[in-house]
Amino acid sequence: MSVSSVFPQLEQLLPRVSKPIQYVGGELGAVVKDWDATTVRWALMYPDAYEVGLPNQGVQILYEVLNEQEDVLAERTYAVWPDLEALMKENGVPQFTVDAHRPVKAFDVFGLSFATELGYTNMLSALDLAGIPLDSADRDETHPIVLAGGHASFNPEPIADFIDAAVLGDGEEAVLEITGIIRDWKAEGCPGGRDELLLRLARTESIYVPRFYDVDYLPDGRIQRVVPNRPDVPFRVAKRTTMDLDAWPYPKKPLVPLAETVHERYAVEIFRGCTRGCRFCQAGMITRPVRERSITTVGQMVKEGLEFSGFNEVGLLSLSSADHSEIGDMCSGLAEQYADTNVSLSLPSTRVDAFNIDLAQELSRNGRRTGLTFAPEGGSERIRKVINKMVTKEDLIRTVVTAYSNGWRQVKLYFMCGLPTETDEDVLEIAHMAHEVIRAGREAAGTKDIRCTVSIGGFVPKPHTPFQWASMERPEVIDARLRLLKQEINSDRSLGRAIGFRYHDGEPSLIEGLLSRGDRRVGKVVRRVWEKGGRFDGWSEHFSYARWVEACDEVLPEMGVDLDWFTTREREEQEVLPWDHLDSGLDKDWLWQDWQDSMSEFEQDDCRWTPCFDCGVCPSMDTEIQIGPTGKKLLPLTPVNNLRVPA
Amino acid sequence: MPIAYSQGFTPHPKISYASAAPTGVGSEAEYLEIGLQAPVDPEQLRAALDAALSPGLDVLEAVIAGEGSLADRIDASRWQLELPGVDPGDAEKAVTAFLDSAEVLVERMTKQGRRTFDARAAVTRCALAGEPDLPSGAVGVRCAIIDLVVRQVTPAVRPDDVLSGLRVVAGLEPPVPPRVTRLAQGTLTAQGEIVDPLDADRGDVGIGGR
Repeated sequence: MSVSSVFPQLEQLLPRVSKPIQYVGGELGAVVKDWDATTVRWALMYPDAYEVGLPNQGVQILYEVLNEQEDVLAERTYAVWPDLEALMKENGVPQFTVDAHRPVKAFDVFGLSFATELGYTNMLSALDLAGIPLDSADRDETHPIVLAGGHASFNPEPIADFIDAAVLGDGEEAVLEITGIIRDWKAEGCPGGRDELLLRLARTESIYVPRFYDVDYLPDGRIQRVVPNRPDVPFRVAKRTTMDLDAWPYPKKPLVPLAETVHERYAVEIFRGCTRGCRFCQAGMITRPVRERSITTVGQMVKEGLEFSGFNEVGLLSLSSADHSEIGDMCSGLAEQYADTNVSLSLPSTRVDAFNIDLAQELSRNGRRTGLTFAPEGGSERIRKVINKMVTKEDLIRTVVTAYSNGWRQVKLYFMCGLPTETDEDVLEIAHMAHEVIRAGREAAGTKDIRCTVSIGGFVPKPHTPFQWASMERPEVIDARLRLLKQEINSDRSLGRAIGFRYHDGEPSLIEGLLSRGDRRVGKVVRRVWEKGGRFDGWSEHFSYARWVEACDEVLPEMGVDLDWFTTREREEQEVLPWDHLDSGLDKDWLWQDWQDSMSEFEQDDCRWTPCFDCGVCPSMDTEIQIGPTGKKLLPLTPVNNLRVPA
Repeated sequence: MPIAYSQGFTPHPKISYASAAPTGVGSEAEYLEIGLQAPVDPEQLRAALDAALSPGLDVLEAVIAGEGSLADRIDASRWQLELPGVDPGDAEKAVTAFLDSAEVLVERMTKQGRRTFDARAAVTRCALAGEPDLPSGAVGVRCAIIDLVVRQVTPAVRPDDVLSGLRVVAGLEPPVPPRVTRLAQGTLTAQGEIVDPLDADRGDVGIGGR
């Protein structure tokens, strides 16, 4: 049966909402297929506003991979702002896709990509608007499979009641495998109904179906065990790893947004994974091993991506881009190719060394020189050892001074506050470092006209990291430290004037901490917050700490736990963690040892250039480090500005 | 397309829109000028833009710009206002009252705050269109259709300002949001006709074309 567009009803509401353009679709790169000509249909959601969700790489990649399949249809949906949500409820307009404005409820799969846990309440709004029961247990064959992916799905327990399944890790192959399972099940006439389909997914051993697992608790509130409640599903569910990124050169046809979005550029992942070993970094831990995309594939993707999209900015993305084995040739090759065009190239610079500045010099050849960013992450030498960020103060000063003497006038420095073992003194060191940067920078540049911005993020302990056992600092302590830091920065008026200070309050981090390391009981908090109007928790103007605290106070005590229990409590080695049955490949004993090493300020090298340190990922996931150099170079392009008309 | 860019730290593509239609309004007559770094066959430009733009944004014609700017050739717009659920008789009375007024003050939020201005003087034609075809999606619903010609003035008088004017003079309140479509833009002749602003550049060359 065909499914009709809800656009006629939606269109009536659009004159009454802010930024209606975000709901109309029709972007370059968007795909609209005939519903009846396809057999498996996916609605993909990035659970935030269009302006944040559209540029998301993960969704764009899966959208394209799925739509390349002849009998598969994939469309996108984003969180609607509260003004439209209210009108949709009032007028009975369901959650829709922006591509063909089809109701989300009509699809086979409703896939959500959670880059952050703060999107959970938006998922509930979308389910509610879609007319899909919030509880997985209340759904039947007429409802899509609600599937979570993205980094947050490495601990989906707080949303276990609401999702039907979760995929851990890379999605390219997973979405095709899931499509195949659904295709077969439908072709067979949907035997065994929804339960059978979920069982077939669970049997892959790499798709987590929460309803097939029971959680038992100890009298003190800790988890006793998480076990399958049927014999035919695996005890542990493993993450996915896409090997050979050259075989998956997506996105090839990047979406070009119609409304303003947070990034408007062609982004190419130059490698996936990171083994720098920063102990706070969940991304670095769960995406191992490092898999590089070769210089030639990157060159080809940039050429074709720009021709297709017309973007004039290219981002060479990864968790630590300067670490690519061919990054020098890649930057100089691309800079050469696009020297006389309006294309600008950017590299997220987080490595604190002079090489980074060489690369930035190369990329800014055509004269546009934006700010440089470095991430020492910790203020004192001691705390940097705790987090395994191997940068000395001298490295940092030398690097920044090099930047200033090479003509940069603005440098941004990223730090975290609230790290394990942190004291006021560790944080005040940030001020001293910034003072020194300005003092040395003024001398090197021969001018007072230089600036640095100190940007502070709140530390949130994440699952599958050595800090998964750590206690969080209370928001009052964080906020007090940040006030002290600000005073210290301004204690020298001349230097202080050249230093910008940006930070986040401690309160949102505490809630992110609750959601990151929560178990199934936290799902009741998420639901209560949503019922009280919680939406867009990643936006400071929508986030309400009071609402979260109130909801915790209402639902957690009867289960013998509270907000502090989930956040500021340090876990012991024997404690069963809510995500222990979800396998990121990291050996739990290795993680514990790395946590102990952290406490004794012992640093861990990178396995790309030192011997394997047995984190466990490669052998357990049957993967290996894939790095160059390939020895190839980028050849000069023919000029890009000759006239071409798309076929 | 070898589009030209402005100078400066963040160069912008050289595109200028002549009196773009407001958000939420349909249009069959939008005009823009594009600066190019090199000569391009207008038909190729048209086809390339049309291929890249969203469905419903159709690029109909391109001509090489002659003397003067596009903005100088546009001084009025013709609009069609479909008012589903409004009785044509009621609309007729409101239109008559509007035209009979020397001045109709309306209010609108602008970037500078709430402003009050005259919506009457800029209107050169306002009349009920003949027995209406029912608008799409409104089958079986009465629908008044107004044919409107408005001169371009400052502050701009937009179709919703004229609708506000009809409310001010005759209490006309459409039950659902009206559908507004711009039908033409161009130079207003003494006879009240609107001349296509591309006419002057078409000459006999006949490039592009509908």
